[in-house]
Amino acid sequence: MIDVKHLSKSFGDHLVLNDISEHIYPGDKVVIIGPSGSGKSTFLRSLNMLEPPTAGTITFDGVEVTSPKTDIDEVRRKMGMVFQHFNLFPNMTILRNITLAPVRTGRMTQAQAEEQAMALLRRVGLEEKASAYPSQLSGGQKQRIAIVRALAMNPKVMLFDEPTSALDPEMVGEVLAVMKELAADGMTMVVVTHEMGFAREVGNRILFMDGGRILEQGSPEAVFGNPQNPRLKDFLSKVL
Amino acid sequence: MELYEAWKPLLREGTATFSQEFYVKFYQAFVEGDRWQQYLRGVGTTLLATAMALAIGIALGIIIAMIRTAHDQQRPGHHNPILALLNAVCKVYVTVIRGTPMMVQLLIMGFVIFSSSRNYTLVGALTLGINSGAYVSEIIRGGLMALDPGQAEAGRSLGLNYIDTMRFIVIPQAFKAILPSLGNEFIILLKDTSLITVIGGKELVYAAQAIYGRTYEQMFPLLGIALIYLVLVIIFSWLLGILERRLRQSDRR
Repeated sequence: MIDVKHLSKSFGDHLVLNDISEHIYPGDKVVIIGPSGSGKSTFLRSLNMLEPPTAGTITFDGVEVTSPKTDIDEVRRKMGMVFQHFNLFPNMTILRNITLAPVRTGRMTQAQAEEQAMALLRRVGLEEKASAYPSQLSGGQKQRIAIVRALAMNPKVMLFDEPTSALDPEMVGEVLAVMKELAADGMTMVVVTHEMGFAREVGNRILFMDGGRILEQGSPEAVFGNPQNPRLKDFLSKVL
Repeated sequence: MELYEAWKPLLREGTATFSQEFYVKFYQAFVEGDRWQQYLRGVGTTLLATAMALAIGIALGIIIAMIRTAHDQQRPGHHNPILALLNAVCKVYVTVIRGTPMMVQLLIMGFVIFSSSRNYTLVGALTLGINSGAYVSEIIRGGLMALDPGQAEAGRSLGLNYIDTMRFIVIPQAFKAILPSLGNEFIILLKDTSLITVIGGKELVYAAQAIYGRTYEQMFPLLGIALIYLVLVIIFSWLLGILERRLRQSDRR
């Protein structure tokens, strides 16, 4: 589904991604772990070109994302993204946050988009917040709305960039629950997270990144139960 | 009217009481020969010049701010030469305008560049607009740079194009953030229209000068226009306050 070949990215002299090749299959739940500064967020953000890579190619559904000729907006409509800091639009109500993109990109009429938004809000238990503004919501509620907003575009893959890192501990659960439900529905997901429990439970593949490379990957059982790379062993000993 | 005619000679003789003198001078400054109409026309010209200057200033400010932020936000290594040239032009403009006094700019525009034009108010408003544009561009640039880049990223990641992201997400938020500074700029502009007098614009100060040029009594015309400016500024500050409260609606908890 997403094919990454020889991806590199540097900020000035600093090499953040170092020749990464990876393939993400339909239905995959890929969880990327690693110490901060390892390049895992940059890797995720390069998948939808929020960080344009310096070298290498990314192909999504047969379209070369990294080609300058590609309409990147069209690609992004099929890739949902959830951010660490939610990035809800504070100047709009929740309903408008969710319906803006589907309506403006011509996918749906306002009425269709609102109907879909309400259905999605019911799924995450927040339908009574439709006319509220983001500043009136808790962090966990905001992140659940952010997930709904991304889902409203009916994406084929969802990218999560540390979705629970900015949350109070007691709100992490409600967001992970929504993500688990999404995974159970068969959504293809790429998740950067520090939640090792979630990685073990939901991920079908774990990538360990450090120094801009994928140092080890495999099933949760293999990565957590029988790590090979010394850096991974060191990392797991600190976080588990 | 009768009182004025009766008390006027007393002033010349030097026997008038304070209240008689006050009444006569007030009458001369505002009533005699329907002079209040001159002030009224002055207010009209002042407001017209302010509106024109504001429109020019905001248009210029937006263009310059867009060019400069677009230039500054280019990815490292991807430099567009046209943008670099435009950016250099904008920088020179801002430097020259901010680095020279408004009065000097007005004199140059009025007596050198447009020396053959008789439409002094228009030349004055144009100068003020060009001047204001330099300041407004910096205000807008500040607003755009202060906004969390995650907002634009979220818009783009949903598949919205650059224009829609700016229109629905970035600009409304930036506008709310810079409204107090823009209001301040507007009030400065309103008062700075008084400088147009030096090139012959017929606004409020011109009206006052024309009147005390005939009556040789400066105090009432000058205090009068000071009061008019003050009232205008108070009214506009109040209106801006209402607008700000409206825009803050989404901040309520």
